Amino acid sequence: MAGEPVISIRGLRTQFGRTVIHDGVDLDVLAGEVMGIVGASGTGKSVLMRAIIGLLTPTAGTISLFGADTAAMSRRERNAAERRYGVLFQASALFSSLTVAQNVMVPLKEHTDISPSLMAEIASYKIAMSGLPHDACAKYPSELSGGMRKRAGLARALALDPEILFLDEPTAGLDPIGAADFDNLIGDLQSTLGLTVVMVTHDLDSLYAICDRVAVLVDKHATIGTIETLAENRHPWIHDYFHGPRSRAATPSGDT
Amino acid sequence: MTAASDWMTTKRTGDGLEILLSGDWTIDHANVLDAGTAALHIDTAAACTIDAAGIGRMDTVGAWLIDRLHRRISALGVDTGFRDVRPAHDVLLRRLDAVADDPAPEPARYSALSVIAERTGRATIDALAEAKDLLNFLGLATVTAARTLVQPRRFRATAFVYHLEQVGLNALPIVGLLSFLIGVVLAYQGADQLRRFGAEIFTVNLLGISILREMAILLTAIIVAGRSGSAFAAQIGTMQVNEEVDAMRTIGLDPMEVLVLPRTFALLVAMPLLAVYADLMGLAGGALMSVATLDITFTQFTERLKDVVPIWAFWVGLIKAPVFGFVIALVGCREGLKVRGSADSVGRQTTRAVVIGIFLVIIIDAVFSIFFSTVGV
Repeated sequence: MAGEPVISIRGLRTQFGRTVIHDGVDLDVLAGEVMGIVGASGTGKSVLMRAIIGLLTPTAGTISLFGADTAAMSRRERNAAERRYGVLFQASALFSSLTVAQNVMVPLKEHTDISPSLMAEIASYKIAMSGLPHDACAKYPSELSGGMRKRAGLARALALDPEILFLDEPTAGLDPIGAADFDNLIGDLQSTLGLTVVMVTHDLDSLYAICDRVAVLVDKHATIGTIETLAENRHPWIHDYFHGPRSRAATPSGDT
Repeated sequence: MTAASDWMTTKRTGDGLEILLSGDWTIDHANVLDAGTAALHIDTAAACTIDAAGIGRMDTVGAWLIDRLHRRISALGVDTGFRDVRPAHDVLLRRLDAVADDPAPEPARYSALSVIAERTGRATIDALAEAKDLLNFLGLATVTAARTLVQPRRFRATAFVYHLEQVGLNALPIVGLLSFLIGVVLAYQGADQLRRFGAEIFTVNLLGISILREMAILLTAIIVAGRSGSAFAAQIGTMQVNEEVDAMRTIGLDPMEVLVLPRTFALLVAMPLLAVYADLMGLAGGALMSVATLDITFTQFTERLKDVVPIWAFWVGLIKAPVFGFVIALVGCREGLKVRGSADSVGRQTTRAVVIGIFLVIIIDAVFSIFFSTVGV
């Protein structure tokens, strides 16, 4: 199922003042795969994601999206690339002054010239696809629960039928059942829509449920592999991560 | 210009109808596909087949439009089916068919008159509720204050001093500058008008009375409402969003005691001090302008001021100061505590704190005027 790399990172270095977050991160994300990014707090998981989606300029190294170096992109090329990915932020980042349906329509309005009636239809089915009830369309973000807000954020991220979906801790703050539902939803959408998914997470259950490969950020580098190969890794943090008490509970058989 | 026929053509086969789809059914062509599928003429046919063999790429928008077409034809009572759908497309089509729902009901439309009536009614009820709410809060604050008087140890002295610095000392530059300038403007305009009657010396009367009785205190109250009332609402509102206020309650701290009282007392004390300062600065501005335009010396100005402006003009202004301070602080804290949910709400309540604060200050000022004219000062 996995094909060409759609995201390709070489020698990435990010630095805030004198604090080095990443030093020589190499990472390829292949088309159609679900890539999990894990790491201890402060290892720069979200920073890595922000660098890929262009919210942060790396100190050194190259990031290629769809085969083109982001640093060399013109504004127009950057815009075109932005159309091809959607982002779900950790706190959903819905525009609080707009209803859920209007939130989903924002990218459509900005990037397409679709007629208003079709736009409303598109927003309505995207919201339904994200598993929200129909009456959620007219509600404001403050009227939704955390889980519903995540789904609304997902609907907005999917508004332009992106090829890559970035998720920043999608299940953080959800109850276990809600989190499992959300994992299923993402897995389901991923296979239906043929998405490539990059997911920053702390949640081992999510990793086991939907990730094809995992990038572990340790010692300012990324160690990449499937869950099985990473579980064999001898690095103390990676070993503890995949063999800690929470990990045992999350493995499918539960008796690793 | 691209025509819908590039994506869809119809063909009659006996009493059946075939719709042949081709090309990329993606969001980039959404408009032409939307119009094309909507305009597709479906006459009464026994059966209809949608042939998807020619479709290149398909995303959810394309799938939605095909599914919509399918539903439209089915709704006409025509037996409809797909042919040669690629597996990947089939998954999409099924997925979208599953979420297809009745369109959202159109929001009911009302006449402009009833909308105006509704809004007026709602605004009136809201204003009354707000007034009741504020009165409630006044009662709560009074009770808390009374309890603190009985048990002075409960009073948060550090917070009080901190807020006194914030709302009092730090407000001196702006209050002083604006009062001074208002004094200058009043003196200039007053002298200009009174000169026509040869009564320019009455500028001093005008200055003394208007600054001491009204201008200085009103100006100070408006600055403080914008500066400190809004700050109170924003500070407490942010704490409300961070659930700090809830945390306080669970620890056994009373937000009224910890947040509201120190701020209220600080403003209660700071306002009269600021008012006196504003009086002085306003008169200084007036004196400067009088000396410059009226051919009188500074000493003559002060002599005249002493002769024509009764001391109660000063007291009338000063009496209002603590009342204004109290109201501004109360409204600011109340609006802050009313913040619910998101950061959006903080901005809204802060604006309300300023608007309601200034509104009440002017209303109360008018009430004071009526009161003073009745008792004859």
